[in-house]
Amino acid sequence: MIEHVLVGVALAVGLGGGFGLARRRHEGRVRDAEPVHRILLPFTGTEISRRAVDAALRLARAEDAELMPAYLAQVPMRLPLECSIPNEAGRAMAMLETIEQRAASQGVPVDARIERGRSYRHALERLLDTEAVDRIVVPADSLNGGEGLGGDDLVWLLEKAPAEVLILRPAPGRVQPRLAAISA
Amino acid sequence: MYKIFLGMAAGVGKTYRMLAEAQAQAEAGIDTVVGLLETHGRADTEALAEGLEVVPRRRVSYRGVSLEEMDLPGILARKPELCLIDELAHTNAPGLEHPKRYEDIADVLAAGIDVFSTVNVQHLESLNDQVAELTGVRVRETVPDSVLGTADEVVLIDLTPEALVERLRAGKIYPGENVQAALDNFFRIENLAALREVSLRQVAESVEAKRLTFETTSPLGTREEKVSAEVPQAVGERVLALVRPQPSAQRLVRRAWRSAQRLGTDLDLLWVKRPREEFAGEVERQVTALRRLASVLGAKLLIEEHDDLVAAAARVARERGTTYLMVGESEPRRGLRRLREPLPQRLMRATPPGVDVRIVAHRSTNGRGDA
Repeated sequence: MIEHVLVGVALAVGLGGGFGLARRRHEGRVRDAEPVHRILLPFTGTEISRRAVDAALRLARAEDAELMPAYLAQVPMRLPLECSIPNEAGRAMAMLETIEQRAASQGVPVDARIERGRSYRHALERLLDTEAVDRIVVPADSLNGGEGLGGDDLVWLLEKAPAEVLILRPAPGRVQPRLAAISA
Repeated sequence: MYKIFLGMAAGVGKTYRMLAEAQAQAEAGIDTVVGLLETHGRADTEALAEGLEVVPRRRVSYRGVSLEEMDLPGILARKPELCLIDELAHTNAPGLEHPKRYEDIADVLAAGIDVFSTVNVQHLESLNDQVAELTGVRVRETVPDSVLGTADEVVLIDLTPEALVERLRAGKIYPGENVQAALDNFFRIENLAALREVSLRQVAESVEAKRLTFETTSPLGTREEKVSAEVPQAVGERVLALVRPQPSAQRLVRRAWRSAQRLGTDLDLLWVKRPREEFAGEVERQVTALRRLASVLGAKLLIEEHDDLVAAAARVARERGTTYLMVGESEPRRGLRRLREPLPQRLMRATPPGVDVRIVAHRSTNGRGDA
């Protein structure tokens, strides 16, 4: 009789434990299946404002999001759009490595991209066509007549981008330190 | 015998070297003819062609314009032992036997005639984009890379960029009035240096491809197998990175690409997909991202469906002539998986001797900084 009781108790404990474990695993899977929040940080050239990177990282940390730094590359008309661009890629690699290093020190996951286009806007458009992002952080210094995205591109971005756009203006009267590419 | 003289640019001396070798053959009693020669008015080249029989060009009329083209039927009828056919990338006038001259050459070879020919590296299809990016100049007349593969010998005519520029300044390549324009455009030292590197690498790869073909096609137990086993391993390196469709793969690819760049070689990426592994959602997105990154870098993304990652990687490494295999850091092993031999060791055992396995650490996201 006692044996039957013990077997019954053991079965109940085993079943209860198993059910609990399965439920926890299921919840874990459900949590894993939730859409990942992504913050896009597009940039061009060989430097990016440290302020922009830090702001994007702060946001990513606060929202438990993934940072997607994206190097935008212009492919001249004489080349096919999908051709390899090793020189540009070399520049992009150094920048992405630097950003990733900074993100790692703050515990932010990174999923980097290099996107080609006939213009920077075209590259950004192609990227947004294939990647779902929740926010786009654009450093304002790239809009001030530099070689990167221009004012028109910003207007276009605000109108067309399927995400919130955050434009970061440098602090007035202050030269912003920049993240230069360093060899990783 | 099909021999191609490959150069980095016009004026390095491909035609000159071809003629010099042809003269030696003619002197040795080989029946040699010139099927087509482009001397570009260079006196030295013209002088070296003296004494060689020339199959006259034929005149072809196209849209009211009279053009001169190589006389393929004439060469086949003459049936020499050796025929010189310059500039294999040339596009023929419409209406001839073949659109491209390298196709004419195939006919000549098929008739049992040996051929010497020439080509510049920027005419090779796979290098056309790369050369255009390096030099800003795109050539329209391209030939498939396989054309080089069909040659029994590829001879690289090498010249330092400085020496080539010197030849150009001396008027040995173009007439005087065109020299400055050439120096300002295509014949810049940095362009020539890049083209020289591309040419050297191309020939190294062609030699490597022949060695691998030889090793994989030789029957077992033959003298060839013994010889190939004794041949030192290729000098050329090749990098293969094992990737998974996840964000951390991007870093592995970057590392692998940098290594490939330092070694001056190409990069292959391999994802071994399990047969029942789902290909949708996040996986599909990451594969697309990997594919685009590979395209940007000029790397090749290979997807193999296989149950056994190690077996598939070893086979691909053998086929591609890999010398470096790069893998990402494995996840911490738990439970019974701890008893299993780690992936790098299994890869070391399965891959051909001489393949180094390198582990790329994950970058820490716990505040530890770079891994």
